[in-house]
Order: sequence, then C-alpha cells, then structure tokens
Amino acid sequence: MVRYLAKRIFYLILTLFIVTTVTFFLMKIMPGTPLTNEAKLSPSERNMVLQQYGLNKPVWQQYISYIANAVHGNFGTSFQFSDQQVSYLISSRVGPSLLLGLQAIIVGVLAGIVVGSLGAIKKGTWVDTTTTIVSILGISIPSFVLSILLQYFVALKWGWLPIAGWSGFAYTILPTLALAAMPFAESARFVRTEMVDVLSADYIELARAKGLSKFGIIYHHALRNSLIPLVTIVGPLAVNIMTGSLVVENIFAIPGIGEQFVNSVVTNDYPTIMGLTIMYCFMLCVVLLITDIIYGLIDPRIRITGKRG
Amino acid sequence: MENKDDILEVRNLTINFKTYAGKVQAIRDISFDLKKGETLAIVGESGSGKSVTTRSIMGLNAPNAEIAGGSIKFKDEEILDKNEKQLSKLRGKSIAEIFQDPMTSLDPTMKVGKQVAEPLRIHQGMSKEKAMEKALEIMKLVGITNAKERINDYPYQFSGGMRQRIVIAIALVNYPQVLIADEPTTALDVTIQAKILHLMKELQTKINTSIIFITHDLGVVAGMADRVAVMYAGKIVEYGTVDEIFYNAKHPYTWGLLGSMPTLDTDADVLPSIPGTPPDLLEPPVGDAFAARNKYALKIDTLKQPPFFKVSNTHYAATWLLDDRAPKVTPPADIVKRQEHFKATHNN
Repeated sequence: MVRYLAKRIFYLILTLFIVTTVTFFLMKIMPGTPLTNEAKLSPSERNMVLQQYGLNKPVWQQYISYIANAVHGNFGTSFQFSDQQVSYLISSRVGPSLLLGLQAIIVGVLAGIVVGSLGAIKKGTWVDTTTTIVSILGISIPSFVLSILLQYFVALKWGWLPIAGWSGFAYTILPTLALAAMPFAESARFVRTEMVDVLSADYIELARAKGLSKFGIIYHHALRNSLIPLVTIVGPLAVNIMTGSLVVENIFAIPGIGEQFVNSVVTNDYPTIMGLTIMYCFMLCVVLLITDIIYGLIDPRIRITGKRG
Repeated sequence: MENKDDILEVRNLTINFKTYAGKVQAIRDISFDLKKGETLAIVGESGSGKSVTTRSIMGLNAPNAEIAGGSIKFKDEEILDKNEKQLSKLRGKSIAEIFQDPMTSLDPTMKVGKQVAEPLRIHQGMSKEKAMEKALEIMKLVGITNAKERINDYPYQFSGGMRQRIVIAIALVNYPQVLIADEPTTALDVTIQAKILHLMKELQTKINTSIIFITHDLGVVAGMADRVAVMYAGKIVEYGTVDEIFYNAKHPYTWGLLGSMPTLDTDADVLPSIPGTPPDLLEPPVGDAFAARNKYALKIDTLKQPPFFKVSNTHYAATWLLDDRAPKVTPPADIVKRQEHFKATHNN
C-alpha cells in the first residue's frame, strides 16, 4: 500500500509538471497580453509595466523562473488585483467551490443511486421509462440552461429561494441542484445498467432459491454488486462538477474559484490562470487517487499492491 | 397425494413461454412422481424442458412463463397455487436447488460463510453467531478443507470444485426434503465431477433427502439415480428404473442417447450423435415430436401422439413401436452391444 501510494504520488507530481508546462506555453501563444485592454498606456509606460512583471524577458526564461518559484510554493502575484498573492487569492475562494462541489456530488450520486435502482427493479414499466427520461434530460440539458431555468422559476417567479449571491445555506441550494444534475443523470443511468445486469446474474437466482424476499435480494446482494463499479465514475463526475462550476458560479455570482478562473482568463491574468490550473489538476489527481483507493477497500476482489499486474 | 411414498407429484404440467414470436410450448403435459429418499434423473438434450420443469417446482420461472395447466403437489400442498411470499417460505428450506455453474452462482462480494448462513437466518431466524456456527458445520460436512479459516474468504479465493461444494452447502444447510440438482457437475472437470457426485450421494443418505437430478449425460446417471425420466421436446418419452433404461430401453430417442455415450471401448474419432435438431416448440408437430429424426418412425408417428405403453410396472415408454400392430423392431446392433456391455460391467 505504501509503495502504491508513493508511486501514485510520483505520477501526480509528474502530471502536475506536464500540465503546468503545457498551460504556460499555451497561455503565451494566446493572443493579447494583460495590458491589451489598457488602451490609454503609452508605449514607454507599457514597456515599464511589462518590465516590472518580467514579461519582456524571453519566454523560456519566464518559464524557468516560474517553475523555480512554483517549486518553492510561490505562485506569484495577481495582475488583476495588483497586491494579492495568487495563493491567497485561491485559498480565500476555494471554500465556496469545495462546499458546492461536495454538496452537488453527494446529492447527485445519492439521487442517482435511488432513481437508477428503481428503474432497474421496475424494468420495462412506466417507472423505468420515467427515470430514463429524467436522466436523459439531466445529461442533455447544459448546466447553464438549468441554472437559468432554476433562477427564473424557483427564485424569480415563485420566490422560494434567493436568486444569486453567497450568504448562507439557502444560497447554496440552486447552484447545488444545477451542478448535481449531471452526476445525478450519469449515475442513475450507470446504476440502472449495472443493476439490470446484476439482477440477471446466477447468484441473484440463487438468492431467490434460498428464499430471500425481493427486498432482501436487492439489499443484501444486488445493491453492493451494482454500486461497486459506480466508484469508477465518481472521479470523472467530480471533473464534470469542477468544469461545470466555472459556468454555474458565474451565473449565481458565487465568490468561488470557478468564477475567478473565468475572470482571470478574460483579463489575461497569467499567474492566476497558472495557479488555478495547477490547483484544478491537483484536485483532479487526488480525486482519482481516492476513488482508486476506495475501490480497493470496498471490492474484495481488488487488492492494492505496488507491483505490476 | 396419490401415493404415500411420494414427496412430490407432478400431474399434466403444461408451461408456455410468451415471446414476440408467439407461444413456445416448453412443457407439454408431463407427469411424474418423486418418492421419499430416491434420486430421479431427468435426462434430455438442451431445450427439452428439464430446467423449466424443475424451476416451476420452485416457482422460479421467468416472468414470461405461463403455467397453462396441471398441478405440482409437494406433501399435499399445491405449489402452483402459492404466491411469491408463500413460495419463498418453501425455497431454500423444504425445496432447495444446486445450480449449474459454481463460478457464477455465488455472490462475488459476500464472504462464503455468510452466504451459507443466509438460508438459516431467513428460515430459522437464527442469530448471526449461531448461523455461522451451523454454516461452519455444514461446510465441514461438504468437505471444505480448513473450513474454519476459510469461512471468511470470498468466492474468488476458491477453486471451481470447492465453490460447488459451497453451493451444495447452501442448498443443504436447512436439510431440504427435495433437492434439485440442475447439471451440478457440467461446469466441472471430470475428476472433480466424480468427487462431487460421490459427495451428493453420501449427503443424501446423511440428511435423507430426495433428489431430482437434471443432466444430459447418461454416464452420470448410472451411478447416481434410482429412476430415470427421458425428456424430449417438452414431453417425457420414457421412464423407468436405471436398469430398465440402460438394459431395456424401448424408445428410439433413448437408444439415440445411449448410442451417443462414449464407453471405454469407443475408439472412433467422431462420437455418434442423433442426426437432426429438436422441433420448433412454437408449433410442435402433431404426432411424435421425435418422428422427424427417428429412422424407425411409423406413419402414425406423424399423425398421432403416442400414449405411454407399459413395459413393466415401473417402466413406460411413449412410442408407437410398442403397439401390438406395429412391426417388431429390435434396437440397433450397437445399442444391443452396449446393453450387454452395461450388464457385464454392472455384474462385475
């Protein structure tokens, strides 16, 4: 296990390094500089600012100094908010995003399990059809459309919940629902397929032959076997939520990192873009690592070792 | 019950499967008895209705199965009248089943001990500890080596033969009165087969159960069964004691089955088989379903279903060849040779 972890952490660092490098150069290829929008600057003033931020040096020198600083935990200062450290900017905004993300994945996956199981148990009936339609809608409606629909109906028309902003639990409900739609729909479909499969397995037949009730069969045998593979898609679902939050946080004016990311790209705030990219990448790798470890813990057939094969 | 020695009586059972193509007449009016303590083998090729018959005894047929008529009596209780809840009280307690493939019939994510203990917990309401104790006992009985250490292992940690022993343990843990074994050794290799069959025979006397043994392999039947029923296209075509079926079979289909059984003297490259394929049960033939593959078929075979002709008190066969008006037909030479061979090896 220790060996396995060490190996995974090594790959994590390698991934981070590659992503950092690629993003850095991609960003430089992008047209425009942080000063594109500052039309009033004279050429000499422009040069002065570029020099101050080290942007007039050759790109490879900029890259080396960035990596050197990043290794020491210094991700630079934001261009947009001139005296704010990128690390501070991110850490002060990560809370709302994490909270929303966690809420969304818990709500989405739990609802998906319930709805997907129902669909499988009642296969071929109207229940199955309804759950399938709901999950297809959940997959095909983009989160920004859903966000706006929720805002229009629930907040504006019926006035049940605040329309946007960030001050208390009530404010988290709509964005959580908007973010949860995708993981809900994906896991509902996944659980339905898995459980339909499991319910036709020989060991379910044997469970019936043992005299277990319908509920007993589902609870003792079908659920565990169909939920284990679900863990494998929780990683990708978390990614989904992270990218979804870029849009949803903007729509609901949530002071999270997703909203910040979009702002930074718009203003060519290089250090912040870099910092956020590294952080997203890091979170992603950690989520995937955790799902792999969980898989090994809940599925007795998989034992984690550092060895190949 | 018509006979007090019987534990199970099936009368005129008829089962159809509703499919998109129409009604598949899987079981067409079959009747048989199972006596207390005996082993009845049901033999026939794939699709002849062996498993459908036994599944209906447990009420385990697929949802599209429709019982069109007949009766299944277990100790004066009519099984076909029972609802799902009443059936589940019977399953795993009075009537248990051993499944064909041990590789897929155990829950891969549940410890084997717990799986063996499950029927005890459901039917006898035993506490966890007590059920595990009992499970351990039965696991030792079916010959799991180091049962005590292995009770908390998962199915994937066992070999095929060991898994089938666990499946047997699950079936026997409540000492059922009727045990259905649906090709229990088909998925195992030959040396393990013999061990499992021996174990079943041994346990049968220990817990005094009646066995319905389904197989397509007559070779397995010889050492296992007291009586044999041969099924073809959803009907029983011949039944009798093991000796009667092996030494004195009357139905050409049974001859075909006996003829396709390899013996130690068989040195042909290709094993003999029955030519042709079974009939389409969507529209079964009017007469004898085997007529099309039967070189002894008479004209009447294509017109009229043969009734059962009595050969002895225990031996009946449904073939027009036994009618007084039919020409006298002797079994093919190689079957006669085989019958001699069986007799000779039996007497040794």
